[in-house]
Amino acid sequence: MISESVVDLSRLQFAITAFYHFLFVPLTLGLSFILAIMESAYVMTGKQVYQDMVKFWGKLFGINFALGVTTGLTMEFQFGTNWAYYSHYVGDIFGAPLAIEGLMAFFLESTFIGLFFFGWDRLTKVQHLMVTWLVAIGSNMSALWILIANGWMQNPVGAEFNFDTMRMEMMSFSEVIFNPVAQVKFVHTVSAGYVTGAMFVLAISAYYMLKKRDLPFARRSFAIASSFGLASILSVIVLGDESGYEIGEVQKVKLAAIEAEWETHEPPAAFTLFGIPDQENMETDYAIKIPYALGLIATRSVTEEVKGIKDLIAEHEVRIRNGMVAYDLLTQIKAGDRSEATIAEFRSRVDDLGYGLLLKKYVENPVNATEEQIKLAAQNSIPRVAPMFWTFRVMVGLGFIMLVLIGLSFYYSAKGTAERQKYLLRALIIALPAPWIACEMGWFVAEFGRQPWSIGGILPTHLSVSTRSVEDIYMSLAGFIGFYTLLLVAEMYLMIRFARLGPSSLHTGRYHWEQDSNTDSASTSPAQA
Amino acid sequence: MEYELLKIIWWVLIGVLLIGFAVTDGFDMGVGALLKVIGKTDSERRVMMNTIGPHWDGNQVWFITAAGAIFAAWPVVYAVAFSGFYWALLLVLFAMFFRPVGFEYRSKVQDPRWRNAWDWGLTVGGAVPALVFGVAFGNLLLGVPFTLDEFMRSTYTGSFWALLNPFALLCGVISLLMLAMHGGTYLQMRTAGPVHERARRISVLLAVVVAVAFAIGGFWVSQLDGYVIKAASNLGGVTTPLQKSVELQAAGWLENYGRYPWMLIAPLLAFVGLALTALLSMANRGALAFISSSFAVAGIICTAGFSLFPFLMPSSTDPSHSLTMWDVTSSQLTLHIMFWVAMIFVPIILSYTAWGYYKMWGRLTTDFIEDNQYSTY
Repeated sequence: MISESVVDLSRLQFAITAFYHFLFVPLTLGLSFILAIMESAYVMTGKQVYQDMVKFWGKLFGINFALGVTTGLTMEFQFGTNWAYYSHYVGDIFGAPLAIEGLMAFFLESTFIGLFFFGWDRLTKVQHLMVTWLVAIGSNMSALWILIANGWMQNPVGAEFNFDTMRMEMMSFSEVIFNPVAQVKFVHTVSAGYVTGAMFVLAISAYYMLKKRDLPFARRSFAIASSFGLASILSVIVLGDESGYEIGEVQKVKLAAIEAEWETHEPPAAFTLFGIPDQENMETDYAIKIPYALGLIATRSVTEEVKGIKDLIAEHEVRIRNGMVAYDLLTQIKAGDRSEATIAEFRSRVDDLGYGLLLKKYVENPVNATEEQIKLAAQNSIPRVAPMFWTFRVMVGLGFIMLVLIGLSFYYSAKGTAERQKYLLRALIIALPAPWIACEMGWFVAEFGRQPWSIGGILPTHLSVSTRSVEDIYMSLAGFIGFYTLLLVAEMYLMIRFARLGPSSLHTGRYHWEQDSNTDSASTSPAQA
Repeated sequence: MEYELLKIIWWVLIGVLLIGFAVTDGFDMGVGALLKVIGKTDSERRVMMNTIGPHWDGNQVWFITAAGAIFAAWPVVYAVAFSGFYWALLLVLFAMFFRPVGFEYRSKVQDPRWRNAWDWGLTVGGAVPALVFGVAFGNLLLGVPFTLDEFMRSTYTGSFWALLNPFALLCGVISLLMLAMHGGTYLQMRTAGPVHERARRISVLLAVVVAVAFAIGGFWVSQLDGYVIKAASNLGGVTTPLQKSVELQAAGWLENYGRYPWMLIAPLLAFVGLALTALLSMANRGALAFISSSFAVAGIICTAGFSLFPFLMPSSTDPSHSLTMWDVTSSQLTLHIMFWVAMIFVPIILSYTAWGYYKMWGRLTTDFIEDNQYSTY
């Protein structure tokens, strides 16, 4: 039997390395487009300040990008190191988008990022602008392919089990690519990245405005970020709703857990705004509900029902029993019984094989599972509800706060009075961590909500791990945490230092700390860099 | 396309990706490994870093893409090798973590301690992966202790320390010195003055040492037991690593050179490439030395790949569980799709990469770095 602690530790390691990686990705996604917009403004107007903006925000982009690349390396290998059985079982489908991501996106992004930083004197204005756009397109394409891979984990379409090779195999590549879950996730994720980029530029520009430094530079940065940000936050919220709808179609369990929807109610279902989910007794205490809202969000109708957790568990129990038979038939086939009847019988039940495999957590051979074990597996076929319920609400709450902040920023920026809105500027600085928290919460909902599966309905997380010892994973986990934290400290140090220094870090002689009148304070404030 | 043909094509394509990685990111790693050997002053080190500054990130994608392609085309290898070589692979990754941050952060702060710390990071980031790749290949030739069960779950029973045996370490040294030499020839093309001069001398020295070590390695392999397939099911069909029988045979790794004499071109290319690297570096023909060095790198990698063919990862615990390029592949459909993706995108990648080098070409000097100290690495 596979050690419980190896599974838990491997999950923890994946979660931590992925969360670290996603501290850097959203800013890359968003800031790269903001840079491309700024540089387009430079090429169209020829104004020096726009080029300075591209170079300065580009410096901060580079500091962030370096750690994105570093932590991204791990992600490409970790399926193999820690999730070897997963890699074997679904590599035929899952590997393809990862390889395509390298060929189509990483090469583009990484080749042109070098020219972006070092090509200013070697390329014409238009060539450099093209390079910047290609960096932005490359990083966004990588998001597309990784979300196609991730979307397939949530909603595994276009694949079938092959008992000769003991794995899932691709049947239709176009189904994998046009997986509705993947498409929605892509739009929602990159839009969240754009919001992150916008909030980053807004908050740092707000800091310069409050300090009354480099105002023309800050004003223009603020204007671009607020308009880009407004379009993006609207897209996140509207298309976030869209992703709720898709979950309603293919991932009923996730939706029910987010809503702590224990019972199936008469349609249209109400949306639980607040409450305290109690998994033990399967009820939500102190619930405040908005009538009709959930039914509308999830099914886009007032007549379709949203299935509750209790009913889902009952459905899963049936599928687990069916999966036990499928597993038994598979064992017969593996033992050499290739009669048409056996194979046909297996094929008719293969869709529930994964549910049979859920029992492997409790018993070596699922066929021998006891009644209690079947009940237990069914109970555990849904994720813990409370963490889902809360993280989702934190994400949505932060989304609406950012909508207000970015909306106000856009309004005052258009009016030309942004730099006088002291409270707004301070609020923007305080809200700087909001997009990162919202992004990480979003990933938590998506991946924790997938449990107990690594591939929804196909392969339990429990079976997916590599055969390694507990000590191995403890040590590598400690190594990752220690190493990443060290690098994160270096990153934050440089980021804060350069953000405080502002465009003076370009050493053009045009900005605040380079003016004679400011040299006194320069010796006490951000050091020369 | 037939399954059998696709399997052969993918063996070639993964080889191309690995060689692409060794030839491009290989010189970045070489420059990293030589950073403190050739670069005596801060400006000299910055010259070295900036010759690869605009390119190292794109080059590193060969490594990432090779991993992705192995996942897509050889999922069994991806699973068995990466989980088995757990610590070796994590060591490579941890060492490589120093590179993106090292390049980007090092020169943003003046403090010599900060810079010196990152210089060590970049040295480790270049040298350690180069060494470990060779050690891994050495262990493939020796056989790796793993088995597969009927559900295709793999179990690796060796330890990390067992990887560091004399033969594998020799392979590691060959790999490290080979990439250092390759970095040396790149620096010859892209630098001037003392850095250029030192790069020239070190390239000559390394080419000679690698040739000697490679010859010793070849002799050593002739004394090892190789793996040979004795019986197998239809290689072109659907098959798993559990459907064949494999035996050990003295000097088995040299069998292929008797069966397919054209394969001798690989070791020949290696030796000729190494000799020319030394001679052309002496004659101060940097660009030609770099090309020779690239051929030498390709020749050495092909020699390892050809010797193992069709094996990829032999099992010393149960030779019949060995992974070969016939029985670890994805389905025919996946191989087919990925073949066309590679056919379309590899030429595009090569053309914009070439454009990037063309635009950034030229020799860097310490004067240039000092004049542009805020906008360079």
